[in-house]
Amino acid sequence: MRGATILKANEDKTRQLNKHTLMAYVGEAGDTIQFAEYIQANIQLYSMRNSTDLTPSETSSFVRTELARSLRSRSPYTVNLLLGGFDPRTSKPELYWIDYLASCAPVPYAAHGYAQYYCLSILDKHHHPDISLEQGMKILRMCTDELKRRLPIDFKGVVVKVVDGEGIREVEYEDGGQVLAP
Amino acid sequence: MSRRYDSRTTIFSPEGRLYQVEYALEAISHAGTALGILATDGIVLAAERKVTSKLLEQDTSAEKLYILNDNMICAVAGMTADANILINYARTQAQRYLLTYNNDIPCEQLVRRLCDLKQGYTQHGGLRPFGVSFIYAGFDNQRQFQLYQSNPSGNYGGWKATSVGANNASAQSLLKQDYNEECSLKEACELAVKVLSKTMDSTKLSSEKIEFATVGRTKSGTVYHHLWAAEEIDALLKEHGLAKKDSEGVEESWKPGESV
Repeated sequence: MRGATILKANEDKTRQLNKHTLMAYVGEAGDTIQFAEYIQANIQLYSMRNSTDLTPSETSSFVRTELARSLRSRSPYTVNLLLGGFDPRTSKPELYWIDYLASCAPVPYAAHGYAQYYCLSILDKHHHPDISLEQGMKILRMCTDELKRRLPIDFKGVVVKVVDGEGIREVEYEDGGQVLAP
Repeated sequence: MSRRYDSRTTIFSPEGRLYQVEYALEAISHAGTALGILATDGIVLAAERKVTSKLLEQDTSAEKLYILNDNMICAVAGMTADANILINYARTQAQRYLLTYNNDIPCEQLVRRLCDLKQGYTQHGGLRPFGVSFIYAGFDNQRQFQLYQSNPSGNYGGWKATSVGANNASAQSLLKQDYNEECSLKEACELAVKVLSKTMDSTKLSSEKIEFATVGRTKSGTVYHHLWAAEEIDALLKEHGLAKKDSEGVEESWKPGESV
């Protein structure tokens, strides 16, 4: 992009809510972190008070409720979210798509922001139920390669985190290489 | 001068007691007995009705057993009017949790919210404490079937079998004697009627004198609670030889059109 300034490229736009729930956010600068940390604090408070963690589905409902409340206030938060979690009771991973209008849906794959226009078609084509983490990472690679080819904005790479039975971990993701047209 | 420490709910006596709370507990120990028994596949609550009159509409007035939400019920001992306030509060809280988290409130949390309210009357004062003890029976995914008891002080605890109200000491010792941790819901129901028959003043029980409810799971795993109808209670009593004979009952011998 042209201009005297560039934006920070390595910001981690996720917050860990409890041991096995991670929330990624995009939206209005300021709103995002304020809202994400408000949710994080409340989920952690719940864990402390009740010495048990909320499940991902309960967490998603809580986030939705808070967004719905905010939406009807004088100054609503403009934040879109993805909530990834692993439910230890059912031993199943879950993903929730939430937007600033307080829609919430459990989905097999999801994307927010400008990149979704490039990624969703790839996910539509290549995602299947019951794919492994390894296969998932391959589809993610296809997505980031596509962004490098087509995104009009300078693509600065991604932060990749995995949520599973062991908890949440950041994984190394090599995205410096050159991508050629197919 | 003897009224110095008991005229207010929140003032400790020199011995470190809160008289109003103790008076509330005393009031409850004169109320009809209520008991709860935890089984492997469910929970049974049973309670003694104090107000029985043949003029009373039986099926429209549950006196002591109430549904709190889809997976929790409770039995009341003490002042029913006070209980109504607390039950209304509990139901509101349960629905509020459901609205926020789209999941039923865990049993202990609901009990705690009620007890926080009760505790407030022992510290902030102004009015009198709630004159009710509860026995709660419920199910949640985290701790399966659970039985709790709470009293006017705001204390609560989880139990395998417990009782409140009149003769609760003797009911408790009977439960201690005969309770078996591996019992089924059916066996728990049997124990419940046996304990009630021994602790209640009248020797022969009938569906007018007791209320019965169970929490359990269907074969598909969904939780149900069930407040027993009069016929079901009578059938249970009959099965265990505790029922009143038909000829003894005034109500049963009376026929429409006949004058009493």
